[in-house]
Parts: sequence; structure tokens; C-alpha cells
Amino acid sequence: MLSQDSTAQIDKELAKYPADQRRAAVMSALRIVQAEQGWLSKEAIADVANYLGIPEIAALEVATFYNMYELEPVGKYKLTVCTNISCLLRDSQEIVEHLESCLGVHCGETTADGKFTLREGECMGACGGAPLLHINNTDMHEFLTPEKIDALLAGLK
Amino acid sequence: MANEVCFRTLDLPNPASLETYRSIGGYETLKRIVTEKVPATEIINQVKISGLRGRGGAGFPTGLKWSFMPRYYDGEKYLVCNSDEGEPGTFKDRDIIRYNPHQVIEGMAIAAYTMGVRTGYNYIHGEIWAEYQIFERALEEARAAGFLGENLFGTNFSFNLFAHHGYGAYICGEETALIESIEGKKGQPRFKPPFPASYGVFGKPTNVNNTESYASIPYIMQHGGQAFQDLGVPNSGGTKIFSVSGHVEKPGNFEIGMGTPFPDLLALAGGVWKGRKLKAVIPGGSSTAVVPADMMMQCTMDYDSISKVGKSSLGAGSVIVMDESTDMVKALSRLSYFYYEESCGQCTPCREGTGWLWRVVRRIAEGKGRPEDLELLTDVSNNISGRTICALGDAAATPVISFIKHFRPEFEYYIEHGRSMLAA
Repeated sequence: MLSQDSTAQIDKELAKYPADQRRAAVMSALRIVQAEQGWLSKEAIADVANYLGIPEIAALEVATFYNMYELEPVGKYKLTVCTNISCLLRDSQEIVEHLESCLGVHCGETTADGKFTLREGECMGACGGAPLLHINNTDMHEFLTPEKIDALLAGLK
Repeated sequence: MANEVCFRTLDLPNPASLETYRSIGGYETLKRIVTEKVPATEIINQVKISGLRGRGGAGFPTGLKWSFMPRYYDGEKYLVCNSDEGEPGTFKDRDIIRYNPHQVIEGMAIAAYTMGVRTGYNYIHGEIWAEYQIFERALEEARAAGFLGENLFGTNFSFNLFAHHGYGAYICGEETALIESIEGKKGQPRFKPPFPASYGVFGKPTNVNNTESYASIPYIMQHGGQAFQDLGVPNSGGTKIFSVSGHVEKPGNFEIGMGTPFPDLLALAGGVWKGRKLKAVIPGGSSTAVVPADMMMQCTMDYDSISKVGKSSLGAGSVIVMDESTDMVKALSRLSYFYYEESCGQCTPCREGTGWLWRVVRRIAEGKGRPEDLELLTDVSNNISGRTICALGDAAATPVISFIKHFRPEFEYYIEHGRSMLAA
């Protein structure tokens, strides 16, 4: 079941599109539900599809196509480090290695306490601030150094 | 002079606010056009005179594109802004939205008036959530102030504009994939023709332009097309925002006249970092050909020079600077992985070819390259180029071909010795 808060937010998105084009809101609907539940279970995807009145497969194919949807549970904080060319040139590898050693996991893994998931990401369109990372798809942190990572991790409770 | 067009508000307090935008005459141009009923043909003519070419990378003349929209079509039409900026090295639209969102809105409203459109969408890159929220706030302000909505300025012109948030797919920067994505589908490009001007969002005539293109329109219509053209050089009118990243002291965005010598732009970005020498530059985003330092230093930053002198493309003005310590094989390996990861999977040459390119470049970078690999990479690249629905296939092939062309000895050394010649 979608929460009332989620459906209220989805309704705001639906108002952006013609009344007969409810499918257009599926990307934001999935984002809204993921933000609330942490990830997208098969049930959550089906709930979104039912709410929009579209086939489940139409919502599932969107959830599987776009990189920022999570189809399995992730940690409380998902850290996505960009390692693309502009970040690579400014030592994103050092940032990845520092995070891996601080958290004791490799990219793609979640810490045993379920607090952190570490990811390598693709270009976030903020290359001027390289190297950088993203927390839970929303908070961008730029001009990273190992010291900044230490301070950042200490602040994530 | 810098920051004259899209970054006009950059140095003012609270640059993204409506109040700040109004303080520099914001929305006055829209108001004049709508209330004085300036003919669409006159607006399109000014945009043509301005020399504005699509700032998303393709460089197609904006005025000409607008003239493709059916003027007397009875049904719904759409206007789309492409802020899905995910080409490695590109980060200008983010700053336009962050510091001057109202100029994008005014530019889109003028475009909507010109093409007889009532509804628009700004498709914003998934990874820049803060900017998405800034744009949503700007939309609220513009609606409340009567610059968006029904019967604007008491006329029969109405324009409603909404933000659509992407969620992580480079391919959606391709305009027909972006249209599919707005419709709530996987971002897989459509065959062209039909072009969006006849079959776009929800199957209706649609005009798609880049953020920087729309944001240039208020300036062009305020000062005249010629004034904008004069900021640049022939065939590359106006200013351009260059996003400089990589091995420079001060990475960032620089809005300067087209035709500025590359060494001047490099100096604006503080020069090559750590006192090192320049090795190469990717001048227009990761899909454009890499240019060795000596060629790049001869270039001016405009379409013709980058193409003729640099044998590359200006693209979106995304300048990736690489110093003498750069391992070109490793750099290419990362780029090739990107295209493999982002191929939408629709066309076989791209879906299979990008993975093949990446695996071969990676094995060279891992010291396991084979003597025949460089020919193989060239062959696979040539069999992707021109054989796919959209340009992503070509975009994957271009770095491979240009890196090998200009830095072949580095690749050969890796294959022969199993390690980088830089370490030798």
C-alpha cells in the first residue's frame, strides 16, 4: 500500500501531465516511493502501477532501466562516488579506496550493520566539483579529500 | 567581458530569485513581445541573425529549428528543455538552473509564444536534485507573478511549464529518448524521421532545445540578434559557457565569447595544475575526439576552429584537460566502460559493440593486450559508427578511434610490455 503522503506527492506530479497520460508520472512516483521505503520491492512497483492505472510491467521496466532506482534493499546511507573521466583525473580512485577502507566494504556492497552502501556511479553533471559523491540520490558533496570523507562519515549517524 | 548572457545574475545577491532577475529587467522582454504581439516570423528572424546554434552539443541553428514547428497546427504542441546533462565533462546547465533559472523560464516562454505552444517541460538530470528543487521554486515564483499560466499579461497567450525529473540514464540526453522518458517509458531513442517537430511528446509536435539555448533567448530578444552574434565570431554567434574540468587549477564554468583562443580559456581556469605540462584536451565532452596539446593550443573556442584545426567538435563546450601524467589507456578504459554501461540496448551494434570495446581496452590497460587488439578496436568502432538509431554508438567509437590515432605508441607499449610507458 502506498502511504497517504506518497499518493499526495504523486498527485502533484500527475497534475503536470494531461489527464489521459498518467504513465508520465511513473518516474517521479517510483522516486517518491523509494524515498519513503528505501528501495523498490516488487510490491511497491506494483502499487505504483496500480495507482497510475498502468500495467505492472510498464512500471517495472522503468524501475530497471534507470540507474538511481534500487531493486534490492540498500543501507541507510547510499554513497555513490562518481569515477568517470573528470573525477578519475582528480583522483576519485583515492576517494573510493579511502571509503572502502573506512567502511570495510567494496563498491557494490553494504556494511554489515546496514548503515552504508557504497557504489561507483556514472557522470553526475557536476564535473567542476570533482571528485564528488552523492548521498541517497540527493545530497551532492564536491571537491572531496580523504579528510572531508572522514568528517562526512562522522556526521552520518 | 564574461558572464554577459546566461550568467547575468551570477554576481548578484540571491541570484536565482525572481526579485534579482527582475532587477536586471527580467521578464520585460517577454512582456513586450506578448503585449505588443511581435510577429513570430520577426522573432525567428532575430534568432537566426543571432547565429545561436544548439548548445546541447549538436550545434544545429536554433532559429531554423524553430521554423520547423508547424505554426498553424490546431492541436496541442509541446516545448521541451533538455537539462539532462550527463555527458562526462559537462556541467553548465546545472549552474544556469542554480544561478539563473528565471532566464530559462523566460526564454522558454518566448519560444512558446513564437511557436504557439501552451505547455512545456524542463527535463532535469536525475543526479542534480538540489537544482531540480531550485527550478520548481522558480516556477512557483513565476506562476505567482503572472509570468506563467493562463492569459498572460491580459492577452490570449497561455503557457504552463513543469519540471520533469530524470533518474539516471545518460541516453535521455538524446532528444527522442528524453521524449520517451517524459512519457514515462524507458529512455530508448526513436527512429528519425519523424522528427520531434512533427511527432514528439505524446505524439504531438514538439520543439526540444538545450537549457543554455533557451537561456540565451531573452538576451537576443532584448538586445537584438546582431548584438548576440557580435559577442562571438562568424558561424559561431554569441557567448558560450565552457565547462572546464580535469587537470586545471580552477575548474569551473566560464561564459565567454565564441572564438576565444583556447590558451585564454585555459588561463581563466588557472592553467594546468601543479605546474605540469598540457598533454591533451577533450574539447566538447567525452563523445568528442581527443586533441593533443600542440593542436589544441592553436584552436579558438568555436565550431569551425575545433573542427578544422582540432579535428574534433565543440560539442557542449565541455573541456576536459589532461596533464602530462595522464595514462591515456586507463582514461580510455574508463570512457569505454561508461558507454557500455549507458547503451540503452536497443541496437545490436551499440549494445554488443560498446561492451566489446570496453573489454578489449580494459585488457590492454590490465597488461593483457594482444598485438591484434588495436586493429580489432578500430574494426569494432567502424562497425558501430553509423549503424545505430542514435548517436550513442558513434559517441562510444569516437574516443576509441581518436585516442588510438593520437596516442598509439602508449597503447603499443602497453601491449608489448604489459604496463604503461609513463612508468618507464
